[in-house]
Amino acid sequence: MADTFITHARLLDPASGLDAPGALLIRDGLIADCGAGLTGPEGATVVDAGGACLAPGLIDLRANLGEPGAEHRETIASAAQAAAAGGITTICVLPDTDPALDDPALISFITRRGEATGSVALLPYGSATSGCAGKELAEFGLLRAAGAIAFTDGVRAIASARTMRLALSYARAFGAFIVQHPEEPSLASGGAATEGELATRLGLPGITPAAEAMMVARDIALARITGGHVHFAHVSTAAALDLIRAAKAEGLAVTCDTAPPYFDLNETAIGDYRSYAKLSPPLRTEADRQAVVAALADGTIDAIASDHQPRDADDKRLPFAQAEAGGAGLATLLGVTLARVHAGDLPVLTALGLLTVRPATLLDLPQGRLAKGAPADLVLFHPDRGWKVEAGKLPGKAQNSPFDGRALEGRVLGTWKAGRRVFGG
Amino acid sequence: MTYPRKHLLAIEGLEPPHIADLLDLAESYALLNRSGKTQRDLLKGRTLINLFFEDSTRTRTSFELAGKRLGADVINMSVSTSSVNKGETLLDTASTLNAMHCDLLVVRHGQSGAPSLLSQKVDAAVINAGDGTHEHPTQALLDALTIRRHKGRLEGLIVAICGDIAHSRVARSNMHLLTTMGSRVRVVGPPTLIPAEAARLGVEVFHDMKAGLAGADVVMMLRLQRERMSGGMVPSAREFFRFYGLDAEKLAYAKPDSIVMHPGPMNRGVEIDSAVADHPTRSVIGEQVEMGVACRMAVLDVLARGLRRNV
Repeated sequence: MADTFITHARLLDPASGLDAPGALLIRDGLIADCGAGLTGPEGATVVDAGGACLAPGLIDLRANLGEPGAEHRETIASAAQAAAAGGITTICVLPDTDPALDDPALISFITRRGEATGSVALLPYGSATSGCAGKELAEFGLLRAAGAIAFTDGVRAIASARTMRLALSYARAFGAFIVQHPEEPSLASGGAATEGELATRLGLPGITPAAEAMMVARDIALARITGGHVHFAHVSTAAALDLIRAAKAEGLAVTCDTAPPYFDLNETAIGDYRSYAKLSPPLRTEADRQAVVAALADGTIDAIASDHQPRDADDKRLPFAQAEAGGAGLATLLGVTLARVHAGDLPVLTALGLLTVRPATLLDLPQGRLAKGAPADLVLFHPDRGWKVEAGKLPGKAQNSPFDGRALEGRVLGTWKAGRRVFGG
Repeated sequence: MTYPRKHLLAIEGLEPPHIADLLDLAESYALLNRSGKTQRDLLKGRTLINLFFEDSTRTRTSFELAGKRLGADVINMSVSTSSVNKGETLLDTASTLNAMHCDLLVVRHGQSGAPSLLSQKVDAAVINAGDGTHEHPTQALLDALTIRRHKGRLEGLIVAICGDIAHSRVARSNMHLLTTMGSRVRVVGPPTLIPAEAARLGVEVFHDMKAGLAGADVVMMLRLQRERMSGGMVPSAREFFRFYGLDAEKLAYAKPDSIVMHPGPMNRGVEIDSAVADHPTRSVIGEQVEMGVACRMAVLDVLARGLRRNV
């Protein structure tokens, strides 16, 4: 493969703090060099970035891709298109599929399906419990050897404190962490919206926001007694973030992520029973949204994940409480994150770091940085160019975006996976 | 007559003149009904469909009578709620109704927001006849009309709504309507049956029935669904009746000329004692039913004026 030389770029590397004009040379799928004053070698394919931003390809810490079992909603091939258009080059795939990813063969299957796309690496989570049913622990050792990055039951909370304790404890032997959906099920069951004034007005069964903090508090206590590493997914409330902040200060192995809806939208998005904004956990109050933004800025949150949950029209065109929760998130991950930069809430390198080097560090991946010798996973984007999110016109199969109608600034111009251009151009 | 919308999906969002005009019109229909006259030319050629996904004899009959008194062709459709995918039935039904050129669609559904969803898919004017735990707007109108006839006004009255507020669409519609019209609304019930942030809806919350009824002009009881007890929200019917059931002793805390209301059907001995329910001067439960027909006539009349298609 010929070298690729990307010139006249604004290089953005959160890992090193670099934000400067320069160029980048791709050779043999790796970043051969980058910085100011580079000249392209003879015969290289030259890409003139025209001043646009060049950053590490995004690492999406959690997404459901429909396979296996829900191919009518999304397939790995269709998700790969959406990912490439969204600048995502690595996706951590949730295991609560049908069947659940609780067998080493299924872990290998997902990895190979990712390789076959040629555009995005898929890193599967293993099920924390057999069938994601919350009872017996899955085979962490065998799953890890097959390539599972960590263990979770996806959007199902590990409800039993004893099971969670065992999982946190046992996973230590294999250097893996446990990802929890932090929601106390006995309080969340049957709920459709965050408990409060809006849910009362709409007559929707509410979930108290305390259901999140309660589960976070319990699992922090379990991390303390086991020495295990717990990671909280899509954290959405101020109370839970305060607990996580304190646990980190205490030195416990506690990390967390959030997803764009929780820092871009609040519960009013479900007004008039808009089921595309029905998510799990549910959208929160404006005060909680602001707390999520603050936790992104101060480093309490370790990553921003797309939390992609494909749903089709039949899942969503139902009375609100009966509609399925979940939003499509791949194509909008970068744009909605950059909205916080444009709003002045986050410096651009902080925002990009949450999508690149910080999840890479969490997962111990070589990607996520513009460094000599690192894999040439890259995204080129124009930070100010506007576009409008329109359900029905998004790349990929899943169109259930909670951001439908949202105007965004920040357009992906090109995506490279291991040196090969997979989007734009 | 001002009414700003195509549909009647909720009381929330209506302004005092809209409500006052609807009540005035309903009042005139109440007089018309008592005189024995009809206005069968008003909705002549219009089709009204009663689409009920939940059983209801009272409300359905009331709408049926209202439609017929105004001359509409009335069709009753009961849709089984036992089918596996209720939502699919809902939208399938919407396309069927469009093909039938229905003008006025009265919907009752067990899910909050179902009439709103349906209104986005059908051409007809949609009237919410009760959706889940959201709203039951015509019930609030008929309650307000009944109160107004007895008290001459709504503004400044103390209205105590008692019982299972959390799961009651009647309570929500009444809270919105009465606070909009300047009544002082109290909700009275055990904390497990009061919805979150109820005070944010402009009402006062009481957990003690006697304190909640003190000085009230209107005592509005709600039906306690039996399944709330199996759900553990109330330990037993006898305990509920002891503390929150309306009997003569508790009613004595309200004003001597206060009226007692109930949307029906009543659970005698659970939320209301028969001696109170059947009280010759205090109970206006029978009149509520009468005003129900008048209010529904007013709503059908007003919405039909907004229909584009001529007949």
